[in-house]
Amino acid sequence: MSSLTMRPCGDFRTSYKQDNTIFETKTIRMLAIATVLLLCTAPLFLDGYFLTLCIQISYLGIAALGLNILVGFTGQISLGHGAFFGFGAFASAWLNTSLHIPVFLSIPLAGFLTMGVGMMFGLPAARIKGLYLAIATLASQFIIEDFFARADWFSGGSSGASAEPFSLFGYAFDTDQSYYYVALFALVFMFIWGCNLMRSRDGRAFVALRDHYLSAEIMGIKLNKYRLLSFGVSSFYAGIGGALYAHYLGYVSAEGFTIFMSVQFLAMIIIGGLGSINGTLMGVIFMVFLPEVLESGVSVLSDTQWGNIPMVVDGLAYIKEMAIGLVIIGFLIFEPEGLAHRWAQIKNYWKFYPFSY
Amino acid sequence: MNFELLIQLVINGLIVGLLYGVIGMCFVLVYKSTKIVNFAQGEFLLIGAWVCWTALVYFELPFLLGFVLSLCFMAAFGILLQQIVLRPMIGEPIISVIMITIGLSIFFQALMKWIFGVSAQSYPQVFDQQSINIFGLNIEMAYLMSTAIAIVIMGAFYFFFKHSKHGLAMRATAFDQQVAQSLGISVKNVFAMSWGIAATVSATAGIVLGMVNGVSDSLSIMGIKVFPAVILGGLDSIVGAIVGGVIVGVLENVAEFVDSQYLHIGNMYDIAPFYVLLIILWFKPYGLFGTKDIERI
Repeated sequence: MSSLTMRPCGDFRTSYKQDNTIFETKTIRMLAIATVLLLCTAPLFLDGYFLTLCIQISYLGIAALGLNILVGFTGQISLGHGAFFGFGAFASAWLNTSLHIPVFLSIPLAGFLTMGVGMMFGLPAARIKGLYLAIATLASQFIIEDFFARADWFSGGSSGASAEPFSLFGYAFDTDQSYYYVALFALVFMFIWGCNLMRSRDGRAFVALRDHYLSAEIMGIKLNKYRLLSFGVSSFYAGIGGALYAHYLGYVSAEGFTIFMSVQFLAMIIIGGLGSINGTLMGVIFMVFLPEVLESGVSVLSDTQWGNIPMVVDGLAYIKEMAIGLVIIGFLIFEPEGLAHRWAQIKNYWKFYPFSY
Repeated sequence: MNFELLIQLVINGLIVGLLYGVIGMCFVLVYKSTKIVNFAQGEFLLIGAWVCWTALVYFELPFLLGFVLSLCFMAAFGILLQQIVLRPMIGEPIISVIMITIGLSIFFQALMKWIFGVSAQSYPQVFDQQSINIFGLNIEMAYLMSTAIAIVIMGAFYFFFKHSKHGLAMRATAFDQQVAQSLGISVKNVFAMSWGIAATVSATAGIVLGMVNGVSDSLSIMGIKVFPAVILGGLDSIVGAIVGGVIVGVLENVAEFVDSQYLHIGNMYDIAPFYVLLIILWFKPYGLFGTKDIERI
């Protein structure tokens, strides 16, 4: 159906191929390509602040997509994604500084290392699910965090590890403007890969596992294999995201990768929409902009006469944390399907306008 | 081998383990009757301790009055929380339920830090004597009181569930909600009650811990440390929570001892329970006393 320019008012698909396309219509494909091209020119008109946010969205988005594959598509729960993100960051820095592997190779290698670690901690997932799995991954979060603090050879212990900037053929991507392209390329690549993974046999097996694992098993899907594979894929994404983060900042310290980060990743995919690839990106954008909007809101308030309350201005960090908690609760109560669902509703509204009841 | 230190540590472990058992009991209570996993358990401790601290230090109430007032506040708080936030979550998938309690935990932790600051505050002196000597071992009065309170709470739980009408209603609801409802038990009330009890009892534990170590946001870590205990005992067994709590309490102290004497890895006190947790989940996921889930096709 990709030959159409507009989406039809109903389901007229006649083949699996039509059902499986990434872009439903020609217009959507053109729009997607145009968006990517527009994003390529972004450094020309965006200032450093917004570029930083864009890079942040890229590496967090990659990791969040991994978590969505695990939670949204496979129906497993992980409370340790932040630790895997951190492991990727340390692994890439370690591969680069200790083994002198060039950065453009150490990033994917860090992904594979994280995948190994993730599968190791995912081993219990083959046997347990639901709440028990959540608690097992919580334990792995604390164990990995402890490992960061202790393994001096790997993470530099309390002093942290430094990471070289990304370079390719002698050209170093060490400014925001140039690193933006690395991050953008990784984001687009990983998202297309994620889309294609979910269209493949393995992706359909994940979804079958989530929807009804007994039926899936009866149909010949190996539960253990695919649960483990899903953990592996999700940790791989987390590792890549973490490695990009490490080489962007140039310095990794163990303090950042706490349970709070894992929760933030979960918040991103719940806000965006579980089991939606576009939704993941929406959730990440929401979560990256939320503290920034709060901060500018508070700074605007503090300029006015009646808003300059020291408690609000000094407590900004706590207000941000509280906002994250509130947003999670609010979305779960009022919009459990996330922003992706809201977006679909908006589209439906216009499609059936003026008879959208 | 330093025997005296070992025995002191084991006794400390027993005392702290009993408190873990009490917190674990609240966790199991909520899980059994409402099927909600409470990741915000630690915040109940934190809020209870801060409220009591406010009553004692800010309003300068006598200890008993402040203590009872803060327990009343926590009961109301737990019931309100259940009504407003957790009731819409009935029947939602487990990830939503987990995330909503995590959201609550983040929110309240930040709120408490915002209101009361991050530095630890200590309670006014309650006892004249700081510590007493039993069989040559130094035991702090507050610890002694915490043990007494823990045992009293456990006895009260036993009495409540075995010999009171409400306790029977709660057990019936935990066993089968629909049957309980058809027999005229108000499941809504039972849900509210279990949250109220959990909040109150956790707050008691929080206040006791606050008297020993001072109140700070590190109290909320107890809510996470209770997981190894309840998993070890079995998620839906109240006896299991107590046994698991005591085992974990002793274990972390022994791990600390072994580490400080022989291994010198460091940080074993905090991390050993989680290794144990992973091992239990690997070999015996339903714990010592938990009921096995049997799934029929």
